[in-house]
Parts: sequence; structure tokens; C-alpha cells
Amino acid sequence: MEKSNKTFSDDVVLKIEDLGIAFGGLKAVQHVSFEVKKNEIYGLIGPNGAGKTTLFNMLTGVYTPTEGTFYLCGEELKGMRQEKISHKGIARTFQNIRLFNNMTVVRNVMVGLSNRPEYRCGFFTSLLRLPKHFKVEKAMLEKAKELLRIFGLDDEKNLACNLPYGKQRKLEIARALATNPRLLLLDEPAAGMNPQETEELVETIRFVRDNFDMTILLIEHDMSLVSKICDELTVLNFGAVLAQGKVDEVLNDPEVIKAYLGDDE
Amino acid sequence: MSKFDKKTFSSFFNKLKNVKWKHYIAPIVIAIITIVCGEMSLTDNLKMTYQVMLEKMAIAMILAVSLSLVVGFLGELSLGHAGFMCVGMYMGGKVAAVMVQNAGYGNDNVFVFFLAVLAGGLAAAICGFIIGLPALRLRGDYLAIVTLAFCQIVKTIFINSSAETFGGAIGLWTPRMNRDYMFILAMGLLLITIIAVQNIIRSKHGRAITAIRDSEIAARATGVEVTKYKLLVFVVSSFFAGIAGVLYSYSNAGIVSSVKFDYNYSIEILVMVVLGGMGSINGSLIAAALITYINIELNKYLTGNLAVLQNIIYATILILFVIYNNAPALKDFRERTNPKRLLSKLKTRNKKESSDVRDDEAAWDRVPTKIHMDEILSLDLRIQSNEPEKKMPDDEEKQ
Repeated sequence: MEKSNKTFSDDVVLKIEDLGIAFGGLKAVQHVSFEVKKNEIYGLIGPNGAGKTTLFNMLTGVYTPTEGTFYLCGEELKGMRQEKISHKGIARTFQNIRLFNNMTVVRNVMVGLSNRPEYRCGFFTSLLRLPKHFKVEKAMLEKAKELLRIFGLDDEKNLACNLPYGKQRKLEIARALATNPRLLLLDEPAAGMNPQETEELVETIRFVRDNFDMTILLIEHDMSLVSKICDELTVLNFGAVLAQGKVDEVLNDPEVIKAYLGDDE
Repeated sequence: MSKFDKKTFSSFFNKLKNVKWKHYIAPIVIAIITIVCGEMSLTDNLKMTYQVMLEKMAIAMILAVSLSLVVGFLGELSLGHAGFMCVGMYMGGKVAAVMVQNAGYGNDNVFVFFLAVLAGGLAAAICGFIIGLPALRLRGDYLAIVTLAFCQIVKTIFINSSAETFGGAIGLWTPRMNRDYMFILAMGLLLITIIAVQNIIRSKHGRAITAIRDSEIAARATGVEVTKYKLLVFVVSSFFAGIAGVLYSYSNAGIVSSVKFDYNYSIEILVMVVLGGMGSINGSLIAAALITYINIELNKYLTGNLAVLQNIIYATILILFVIYNNAPALKDFRERTNPKRLLSKLKTRNKKESSDVRDDEAAWDRVPTKIHMDEILSLDLRIQSNEPEKKMPDDEEKQ
């Protein structure tokens, strides 16, 4: 902690230091370090199998990094459980959408809300239906409806699995935001979307950044989307950083083009 | 004054309209049955066979509702429910026996009964906690095996206990409650169980539990404390199983032993939950009552050598039920005759038919050319675009 206090300026939300993980002998990710500043949209790109999702899994506690560490607003989160990291303020969406399919849309969001301190309500309070339970439930329901309204998800009584694809993505983002995060990780938000939906998604991401005062780290394959909304980029290839910096520079980097399209020879 | 009355009445009526009857219908029906049958029983108008049947049904329903919390809402398979019931039966029975034999309470004493219920429930809950701690790290089939083993261990331990403690192979002596109001107490406990389970499910804790069932990974990422909730569900479920055990000890009073609580009994409880529909409390209540009724009737008519047929008939009935639940033709029939559907059909008859596929947002994936065009036109540089979708899920599930 001492060290972190010295090296962190206030506007750095996520600081990754030399992060790496090895599965047995396979080093899936190694020596990755970068900083994400407040209110920034940071892109993470790379060919398939480059270790982008693995990096996300380390940041959310699915995997424990074998080397290096990372800080959220100056607090080291390495080695914490997934739930704990979520409480600390990292929320994520998944590459293949993972909603609570058999629950209604509004309940999906309410699950995300339930760990906020203002909606704390003990087990026995709910079991015995004390007045506090009703108060908390009502407040949660209203908050969830408000969130859904912001995202234009009006079919709150629908089951989540019955939503069209684009709305499912939006709902996943809404659910992630419901946990009141400081950093939002989006894993290929535009995967499988048609141009219209992608356009809408770009709007949504910008909207989230501006209105929720959010910092966003996203993995994406759709270069048009990346060049449109990202402020900075990191390119991964074979688990290591290939290039880093402003979007235009990185996308025109010959190394990056080589990694994507192959060598001339 | 009259205006005020009208207003309160209409607001009351509106409130009634908004009430979700699904959640209240079961407790209301059970309460009515209890009151009616209780009245008949206390005025000696109810046959003993019906009293016993109601007792057995109440026990089966408590078991089914508590197991449905684990199987239907948490989505884990537990085959050890009879084991928890067994613990409850012995602990509750022993407490009641000691109170009656040593402390001089009467057989019918309600205080002793509730003390026994509490003791049995708590003992089972503690067992649930101890088993749950290591076992809930496991998932699916593995958890099922551990709970199954627990059930067998409990049974064996009690059978091999000394005669002074739990009666050993002979069985434990337990006090007998007057049948006239035994079933009223059982129904009362059933009501408490249903209300408690529904209160849990219809709260933020219940939502967390169903979230774990739908996607454990997403639940963790959303901040749901998965281990805590799994343990909680296990403890609550075994608590009520323990209560059912105490009721069983009172219901079969005289000598009770753990012979009945084997694998088959756990499966029978599971069948009630599955038959009633996973995640439906009302369904498992109906299924529990029905299966108990079928068993009692079969027991009545198939005696002696014909008793062999019982299992065959029982199994056939179960198979027929499952087929009825899933046969497409029957499903169709039920859909067509669903009164809600018929009503809504009448209402929307005048509205125009649903519009073209292309206007329907949900049908976007059915218009392949659009997406294809996108892939050609965009700067998308991805290579072998299908690969990550196949690979990554496994990657994440590995944890």
C-alpha cells in the first residue's frame, strides 16, 4: 500500500504492473503493464488467442496472476475472490452473453444492485418481512427501473432470454453498472451485432462514460468501433504487449498490421 | 363519509388486483383445509385414515418444499434429504422421549412437541452446515454423490447406536400425540415452511440464489457471494427437513427407526420436486400430495403377495405423469385450452397481425445478408472469426 500511494496520481483508475499468468508451462500472458485513466475508454485488441480474455479474467479474479499485480484506484486487488473484486468496483460483461436467463429483466438488474451498501438488508429481515425489507425492495425496484429506462429497456417484465441480442448486451451492461463500479470491463461488446446495433452500442458506451462518470476497458475485434470510441489502445499478441499508445499511431504500426495480416514474405 | 368508504374500497380492490395470487394460493388453500378438517376432527367427524393421510401429506409437502429450495432454486442436486430428515427425527424424537419419560410431561404436550421440532430442526441444520462447508465446493453429480453418502452414513450411525442413546437396531421410543390434532400441528408447520421459503425466494437473497442457478460465473462477477448463499440454502433446507423428521417421529410414534430413510426415500422426495416442476413451489406441493395419496391407496389395495406390484404401478404412474408433462400433443392441447391465452386472444383480435420480419428487432439474426455485408464493408480484420466463441467459454469455466 505504501508503495502504491507514492506512485499513483488521482486520475489513474487501473494500474497494471507486469501482469502475467502461466498455465503449467504455457505462459498465456506475460509482462503486461498499462494504466487506464479516469473517464477514459481504453481498448484492448489482438488476434485470437492473444490473451485478452485471460487478462480480463485475471482482473476480475477468475484467475490469480502468477506474476505482477494490479491496482484499482491505488488498492491492490491481486488474489482477491471474484465477489470481492466486484465489491471493490470492477464490473464486467462477457464475450458470450451471460445473463440470468430465467429471471425477468428488472430482476437481473436488481441482482446487481443488491450489494450496494444502501440496499443492505439481512437474511432474517427478509425472512420475517420486517418493514425494512419492504423499504429496501421498493428502493431497489425503483432504482432498477430507472437504470432500465436510461438504457431504453422498457420490457422489464420479460424474461432476459427472450430479449433480442442487442438488448441483451445492453442489459448486461446495465447489470454491470448496477454494482456501482469504478471500472467497467467490456469483453467484445459488438460481437455478433449488425451495423445498426453496433452504432447503437457506440452511443451506449459513450453515454455510459459521460453520464455514469465511468472508466471503460474494452476488448474488441471491430476496428471501426475501436477507432471510433477508444482513447488509447494496447495490442496483445501471443500474450505479450505488441504496441501501446494513441489509437491512430497503434493502428498504423507496421508490427500491429503484421500481427493481424501476416508478413509480406 | 360514504365517499370516503367508496374510495378506500376501490383502492383496496385495486390492491387485490395487483396481488400475485400465485404466491398466496397455496397457504390459503392449506389454511382452509386445516381449519375445515381440524373442526371436523375435533368434533370427531373425521376418520382416522384421513387424519393419517393429512399428516403424511404435510410431511411430504414440507420435504418437497424444502428440497425444491436446493434443487429448483439453487440448481444443485441433493440426494441426502432423507439423511437430514433422519437426523431431525432422532434428535427431535429423543428430546421428546426424554421430556416425557424423565421430566414427566404428558404424551400430548404441545410444548414438548415444539421443543422437539426446534431441536430436530436445529440438529439437521447443523448437519447441513457441516456437510455443506466442504461439499458445496463440489458441483452437480459430485455434490449428489457426497449427499447420498451422507444419507447412508447417518442411517448406519443411528442403526448402530447403543440401545440407551438412540435405540440402535430396535428403534427409538417416541411419544405419541393424539391423532385428532396431530395433523393440525403438522399443517401449521407446513404453512410456516411455505411462507418462510417463499419469503426467502421473493427477496434480494432469493434473487441471488436464482442468479447462481442461472449462471454462477455471472453471479460471481455481479458480486453475489456464491459460497455464502449456497451454504445458506443448504442449512435452511436441512432445517425444514429436520422438522419433517420430527413430525415423522410423532406420526409413526411408538418405535421409529432409520430403516426407511434410505436412498429410495431421497429419490422419492426428489421425484416430488421434479414432477411438480423445478422452481415451482405450488407444483411440488401438488406433486407431494399426489404421490403420498397414490402410495397410501396402493398400500391399501395391494396387500400380501400383490405388494410386489406396488412399485411397478407407482413407477408406471410416474412415467405417465412425465409423459403428460412433456408430450407435444398434450402441451399443444393445454396451450389451446389455457384460459388466460383465450382471454388475451379475444382482446387482441381486433389489433393487426404482427408486422414483417424485417421490422422485428428480435428477428435480426434471421436476415443473414445484413451481417454478411457488414463483415465485408467494415474494417474488421479478424481472422477465423468463429474461433473465440468456441474456445473462450471453456476457458472461463475452468476457473
